[in-house]
Amino acid sequence: MSEVHSTDVAIIGAGPIGLFSVFQCGMLKMSCHVIDALPATGGQCTALYPEKPLFDIPAAPGINAVDLIERLEKQIAPFKPVIHLNQQVTELEKIDEYWHLSTSTGLKIQAKAVIIAAGAGAFGPNKPPLDNIEQFEGNSVHYLVQKREDFRGQRIVIAGGGDSAVDWALSLADVATEVYVIHRRDRFRAIPESVAQMKALADAGKVELVIPYQLASLEGDGDGDGDKLKTVVVKTLDGDERRIEADHLLSFFGLATKLGPINDWGLDILNGVIKVEATTCATNIDGIFAVGDIADYPHKLKLILSGFSEAAQAAHAAYLIVNPGQALNFEHSTTSGVPTL
Amino acid sequence: MTTITFIKPDGEKVAVEATNGATVMEVAKDQDMPMLAACGGSLACATCHVIVDESWFEKSGEVCEAEEDLLDTAHGLTNTSRLCCQMKISDDVEGMVMTLPPMG
Repeated sequence: MSEVHSTDVAIIGAGPIGLFSVFQCGMLKMSCHVIDALPATGGQCTALYPEKPLFDIPAAPGINAVDLIERLEKQIAPFKPVIHLNQQVTELEKIDEYWHLSTSTGLKIQAKAVIIAAGAGAFGPNKPPLDNIEQFEGNSVHYLVQKREDFRGQRIVIAGGGDSAVDWALSLADVATEVYVIHRRDRFRAIPESVAQMKALADAGKVELVIPYQLASLEGDGDGDGDKLKTVVVKTLDGDERRIEADHLLSFFGLATKLGPINDWGLDILNGVIKVEATTCATNIDGIFAVGDIADYPHKLKLILSGFSEAAQAAHAAYLIVNPGQALNFEHSTTSGVPTL
Repeated sequence: MTTITFIKPDGEKVAVEATNGATVMEVAKDQDMPMLAACGGSLACATCHVIVDESWFEKSGEVCEAEEDLLDTAHGLTNTSRLCCQMKISDDVEGMVMTLPPMG
């Protein structure tokens, strides 16, 4: 039997608000475990706009998103949070007085309260909505390249118009027998030098640019589950169809967020956000709180600054659940200092 | 006030009285339309993708390069695809109709 981590509060999401929730819980002497689907902390700050300055963080004008995350990590370090990355919380159920969380990697955590700070949901590949795409995943359809050598001597279709599509077209042109790049328009969102190199390879016949086409459907060799890809069908906006025989499809449409399993926990969710009571961030389920972009109440402002405040509200409300029957002495940090756990 | 119509993925038509100056995304969110609009209008995602009725496309405004770049990451594009956070309500779009693609 695998080990079960035990903690006061489990926080789902390691973006800025998840991290600050650790601080607010820590000030009330509650221990925290944090889980995030991404390989690094920071959520959207790290994944979508790391180098962009934020101008509305109090007393930190023009701070870069990555710097904000670095400072938050420093701020919460005294509370020794345990952060589990690269995994999504798949199950959440209450057994006796504990919430039991299971993750996609098999990790198990039990907590007295749960704070959901999951933003717009867990990040994963932005998958094209093709009916049968899942049956090819891990076999012929890929959202990242782990080993270039796996594609030696293969026929590759790359879909997308960003850096990943261009960089892998350049790299795989040397090892693959055929490389097709499917893109909806002539312009690529990539380093101009790389785009020029790719166009030169296209002129030399080493890469074929299939423009302006979009993915339309995938056909396999007909073996059922775990099919090998056989044909990638692409279409123009005017309906012209082209069939490309291929062994692999590399799909590069960036990241997308999905609430995923959070939808299944009985929470009051509408259009990707969880309804909460505005002054405590309590959800409709006792012991589960939601903060940050995923939390919704009338006139909600989706700002990091609102999320920080929500983290404080949720931590104070969670204290009463984590420590039943114990008084909560409200203290300012100037009085209490930073307590040790 | 300007009236615009959303056609939901299930085909239901919803006509909305919208305030001039608001973005179409803001109007859609106000009406609880099935739309993520995850980034809140900061041109960082493509989850407010709508398909504007062809006869209204030109009136929907200019598509800037940043919007085109993000449309590259949307699926099921058409010739009249827009990110509706970049479209503003005005008298010019009175009667505009657009379809919301499935949320995925």
